[in-house]
Amino acid sequence: MKHESVETNAGLLIILTLAVISVGGLVEIVPLFYIDDTIEEVDGVRPYTPLEQRGRDIYIREGCYACHSQMVRPFRDEMLRYGHYSLAAESQYDHPFQWGSKRTGPDLARVGGKYSNEWQVQHMIDPQSLVPESIMPGYPWLATTPLDYSDIDRRMMALKRVGVPYSLTDEEYQANVERFGEQHARMFDIRDAEDNLVAQAQAENFDGNPDVITEMDALVAYLQVLGTMVDFSEYDDGHFAEFR
Amino acid sequence: MSQAATTAGAAPAASVASTEQYNYAIIKRFAIAAVLWGVFGMAAGVWIASQLAFPFLNFDIAQITFGRFRPVHTTAVIFGFGGNALFATSYYVVQRTCQARLFSDSLASFTFYGWNLALILGVLSYTMGITQGREYAEFNWQIDIIILVVWVAYFVVYLMTLLRRTQPHIYVANWFFMAFILATALLHIFNNLEVPVGLFHPHSYPLFSGVQDAMRQWWYGHNAVGFFLTAAFLGMMYYFVPKQAGRPIYSYKLSIIHFWALVFLYMWVGAHHLHWTALPDWVSTLAATFSILLLLPSWGGMINGIMTLSGAWDKLRTDPIMLFLITALAFYGMSTFEGPMMSLKSVNALSHYTDWTVGHVHSGALGWVAMISFGSLYHLIPRLWNVNLYSLKLVYVHFFLATIGIVLYITAMWVAGIGQGLMLRAFDQYGNLAYTFTESVVFLHKPYVVRAIGGGFFLVGMLIMAFNIAMTVRSGIKAEAREAQAASAEARTA
Repeated sequence: MKHESVETNAGLLIILTLAVISVGGLVEIVPLFYIDDTIEEVDGVRPYTPLEQRGRDIYIREGCYACHSQMVRPFRDEMLRYGHYSLAAESQYDHPFQWGSKRTGPDLARVGGKYSNEWQVQHMIDPQSLVPESIMPGYPWLATTPLDYSDIDRRMMALKRVGVPYSLTDEEYQANVERFGEQHARMFDIRDAEDNLVAQAQAENFDGNPDVITEMDALVAYLQVLGTMVDFSEYDDGHFAEFR
Repeated sequence: MSQAATTAGAAPAASVASTEQYNYAIIKRFAIAAVLWGVFGMAAGVWIASQLAFPFLNFDIAQITFGRFRPVHTTAVIFGFGGNALFATSYYVVQRTCQARLFSDSLASFTFYGWNLALILGVLSYTMGITQGREYAEFNWQIDIIILVVWVAYFVVYLMTLLRRTQPHIYVANWFFMAFILATALLHIFNNLEVPVGLFHPHSYPLFSGVQDAMRQWWYGHNAVGFFLTAAFLGMMYYFVPKQAGRPIYSYKLSIIHFWALVFLYMWVGAHHLHWTALPDWVSTLAATFSILLLLPSWGGMINGIMTLSGAWDKLRTDPIMLFLITALAFYGMSTFEGPMMSLKSVNALSHYTDWTVGHVHSGALGWVAMISFGSLYHLIPRLWNVNLYSLKLVYVHFFLATIGIVLYITAMWVAGIGQGLMLRAFDQYGNLAYTFTESVVFLHKPYVVRAIGGGFFLVGMLIMAFNIAMTVRSGIKAEAREAQAASAEARTA
């Protein structure tokens, strides 16, 4: 076939172009859904509680990913600075993923538990008061804006549709009890979503203000769980290297 | 090329007949919109660059913090400036090279209003905190649907115009534009598969998570670069460079080979944005390999464009528009060398997550995309209004401001990126980390100031262009009014 036949036929040009541009994506993306090793099996990884998920929504809303990654690479300096390198399983309930592409600030994949709630709240309100050299914007409004959780059940329903194992029936709830333990399974039940969110916010009182559930409560709840789900002391050195 | 060659500054060949034969009204609108979005988007860029140098500029105001404003900048320059420039030039090129009027004035009009409406809604929604949180695809799901409808309309207009052509051959620029339209549709649809929280709820959750979502996003992200910011602008190049030079394209064969190689190879390379992450190693190795191969078709395009000037190099001395077009190709060659280099895993280990990436993007975005667009718009706009450009001197001024701005920008980012990368991986004699993260932030201050200044230069150049274009259009409108008056006076005396 001469190239001239493509140049004189718009339909042929379109079909050939579509065929040629489809190959790369098909070869690289489709297998990721079928190769078992893509996401390793790890104990401890679980969906977010309603409060943590709302915190995650706020993290996305404020565009934190523009400056913070959530992906520790397997290098000596990163493991000293941030902790164990990130596993695929650790973001398996992240819709969307927030690995990021730029570190204007430090990686946050394992920030959970590194600082106290009080530190996190103060740092969000006025970062320079704790780290004078910081170039992070302040987020004082988070501490004064009440968290809107009126749609939390609908949000969890949407997440359930994309594959997060939140439960709607007793059967699904029982499955979660077996998989994640009763304490967590209760938090994943959409039927009690609002109560669970309020209960966690009141019990842990992340922002130090017990009267209102603020956006700060949710965001700090999310930050404090980041990277804490897997207990790495349970695994041998080099165990995860097999999955790389 | 079937049209007679015209040189810059000389009276454009476009006659009254061609404004009737072709739909120029739609191109005028897109061209003006491109200039306006350029001013706005680049100003937003200078603004957020200044925030990084001087963080008090965030003012604790939610709507203008860096995190919410960065997508305003990227959307305004990529889809606002770049997108409108592409609509304008592709509608012009397809009509001129097919010698046929654009299909359906109303559908073309719809693409103009729909596209710009989607962008305005997008920019407003980011400042309100409505975003998908996926880079360069931050539009929420309702806006995604508007964009999809507009894009289908664009495809229909483009295809139907191709089918109306009076020339047997489809000129090479149109292959690139068509590949861009097809690939963008594919990318947009697949990357935005998501489940809305409710019909009237602005929020949605993406269909995939974690690894798969990351792969999908960067397959999209890099091909937005490959097809939106490269293939389409190569289409622009294939028309406006030969046209402005008054010479045929250097090698027809090369354009065939590099077209097919480029569109095939680009789709493989997205995963080089995910080196050393939890993405399986085989994917990123494959992506790195194809990234290196991609150097060949990229340079094929560059050589084809630059060599078109062979035998007419003196034009670089006398024609500032040619200067823009050829410098754009030089930057294209440079950043398509830098890209494959950064996709090597060992280089990427240092460069990833740093400002080196930001500098690389801007050497492509400012050097290639913006400069080829400036050159094309300077060529195009006087022809649309059938007048001479208001000032060629101001084009020179714009060119030098833009070039100085780019050089300041990318050198500052090389210093920032390589410097921070080296600091973060440095150890002291006891094997501890030599620097805290905060120390690297302190180091970044000076490069950030230089970068903001570089961006400022580029913005001032853009403002000068806007002024030059406004004056040109004004004289065009006046001339039109005079002609209309003369015509009606003639009619009265007769």
